[in-house]
Amino acid sequence: MDLVKVKNLSRSFDVSKPWLNRVIERQPKLFLKAVSEVDFDIAERSTYALVGESGSGKSTIGRMLVGLLTPSDGNVEIEGVDLANESDAAKVAAVRADIQMIFQDPYASLNPRWRVRDIIVEPVLAQGGDTAGLAERLLEQVGLSAEDAGKFPHEFSGGQRQRICIARALSSEPRLIVCDEPTSALDVSVQAQVLNLMSDLKDSFGLTYLLISHDLTVVQHMADRIGVLYLGRLVEEADPDTLFSDPKHPYTQMLLEAAPRLDAFGREVTPPEGEIPNPIDPPSGCAFHPRCPLAVDRCRAERPELREIGTSRAACHLAE
Amino acid sequence: MTEPVLSIRDLSVEIPTRKGVVCPVDSVSYDIAPGEILGVVGESGAGKSMAGNAVIGLLNPPARIAKGEIWLNGTRIDQLSGDAMRRLRGKEIGMVFQDPLTSLNPLLQIGDQLTETMLTHLDISRSEAEKRAIAALQEVGIPGAADRLNSYPHEFSGGMRQRVVIALALCAEPSLIIADEPTTALDVSVQAQIVALLKKLCRERGTAIMLITHDMGVIAEAADRVAVMYAGRLAELGPVREILTSPSHPYTDGLMASTPLASRGKSRLHQIPGSMPRLNAIPDGCAFNPRCPYAADKCRHDPGPQGVEGRAACWFPIVRERTA
Repeated sequence: MDLVKVKNLSRSFDVSKPWLNRVIERQPKLFLKAVSEVDFDIAERSTYALVGESGSGKSTIGRMLVGLLTPSDGNVEIEGVDLANESDAAKVAAVRADIQMIFQDPYASLNPRWRVRDIIVEPVLAQGGDTAGLAERLLEQVGLSAEDAGKFPHEFSGGQRQRICIARALSSEPRLIVCDEPTSALDVSVQAQVLNLMSDLKDSFGLTYLLISHDLTVVQHMADRIGVLYLGRLVEEADPDTLFSDPKHPYTQMLLEAAPRLDAFGREVTPPEGEIPNPIDPPSGCAFHPRCPLAVDRCRAERPELREIGTSRAACHLAE
Repeated sequence: MTEPVLSIRDLSVEIPTRKGVVCPVDSVSYDIAPGEILGVVGESGAGKSMAGNAVIGLLNPPARIAKGEIWLNGTRIDQLSGDAMRRLRGKEIGMVFQDPLTSLNPLLQIGDQLTETMLTHLDISRSEAEKRAIAALQEVGIPGAADRLNSYPHEFSGGMRQRVVIALALCAEPSLIIADEPTTALDVSVQAQIVALLKKLCRERGTAIMLITHDMGVIAEAADRVAVMYAGRLAELGPVREILTSPSHPYTDGLMASTPLASRGKSRLHQIPGSMPRLNAIPDGCAFNPRCPYAADKCRHDPGPQGVEGRAACWFPIVRERTA
């Protein structure tokens, strides 16, 4: 069963200059389309990963899922409830309680003035639940000790802080956790600890993850299904084995080629050309065509729709 | 073997604090040959950047060089005065930092920043400097170099900015470039471009590069030799292929095993328990002993041999059958 259904999801941000500047300089309003017409489903108890470079809209999607941002168009359905448009407040609250988030920077996401116990039980208190002994139990589950509950965040290292963030996310017994670059700020050896912990908790709590990352190796290790984003659009979706062995979209191929590999000593690669274009003024047709080695005239004129190819989905005219 | 460009001998950096002296770099020795890329790798707090800063003379007081020698092209540079060091920086040693936006002056056009560096260090006219600035920008792959001399840093994207910083580092033709996490702030595709650029410069100009990074993948692709650092000490030093495929220090071994790899499939990642010790709490004996699966009594009391080329800083290095 699908826990999350994302349909035609779009979000644009108003990045215009102030009104007076626009009048004097005779400029129109400017909109940045961070996410355009994204569709995907997340099966219950699976890990869905979104990958993309900076500016591809992956964090914006994550924020819309948890309700930190409202979609400009389209909708997110979680447990069959459309969060942005549902009028029954009780239903929305019930679904909201099932969603938690883990952020990238464990230094910025913990209140330095609060004790770890207060940080961890906050989501439960907000819903009026019972918190006796909860923080201590959760701390032990994430590999810290019960005595740590009385400490402040500054007494912990980066990896330990990320464990505290995970304990906080678990406290309200959510079904879905959105993890926005959970290990990007961590060292490799600590990253391994946190990723293992996340896998263990997923099994023991029956969690569903939306994993947002730019690191292909992490995504490959963790995900059951991967969506590749480019300039706010889903360009390819596949399971990890298919994606890494047989990428359909030229952008995915470029990403895989460019990612540094541990076994590629002195590998001579032709690095990819160009950079992500300006999202305020994206290229016509397929947004990837200026950098695409295969681009033909059709790519410049017509935007490819996401279509099914075998078990994958790809948005490319030439993919097969 | 050719004369090394940079030779660090038994270098220690110490920082006196209220609670005693801490030692972020402890008896480290390595050489870099002309045209060679030496990767210095380690997790945060390993002292890899501190060693780089010591070489270029940019240690923030009260941090200071406690002992050891730094030789650049046959001259000892660790005892130079501030003035002499300033003449050396930029001319003999170029530096590329992690964040390209903070290492460029936002108020100056990049052309001015490039010519200023050259006029300070080289005996050339302004028009000659401008010509060379354009050539440098072309070399690092900035399209329309001549027109972009008058652009400000904010007009460039992240990757282009890092190219400008590299052009700035090499415009006075230094023999050594220290690149401190040059690709960490960049996207994968841009990172590949910058790594390719560094390799090209190294090959074509014979510039030695000290590539400081935490990313083993970047090291594998770019470096010729690699120095692995842990808690201020050199754990292991050697040719990159050897170190990465058959590490002999348990730390390097653990580090390699904890990196997610396609070939390992979905199994659990190898974990190194704990994390890098803080500088004021480096354990007795070998700094790695509390996290080491092979630690014996000896490791808890005696710091073990110093890491040098071909010998890991470990009492019980892992011995493997060398695979061709």
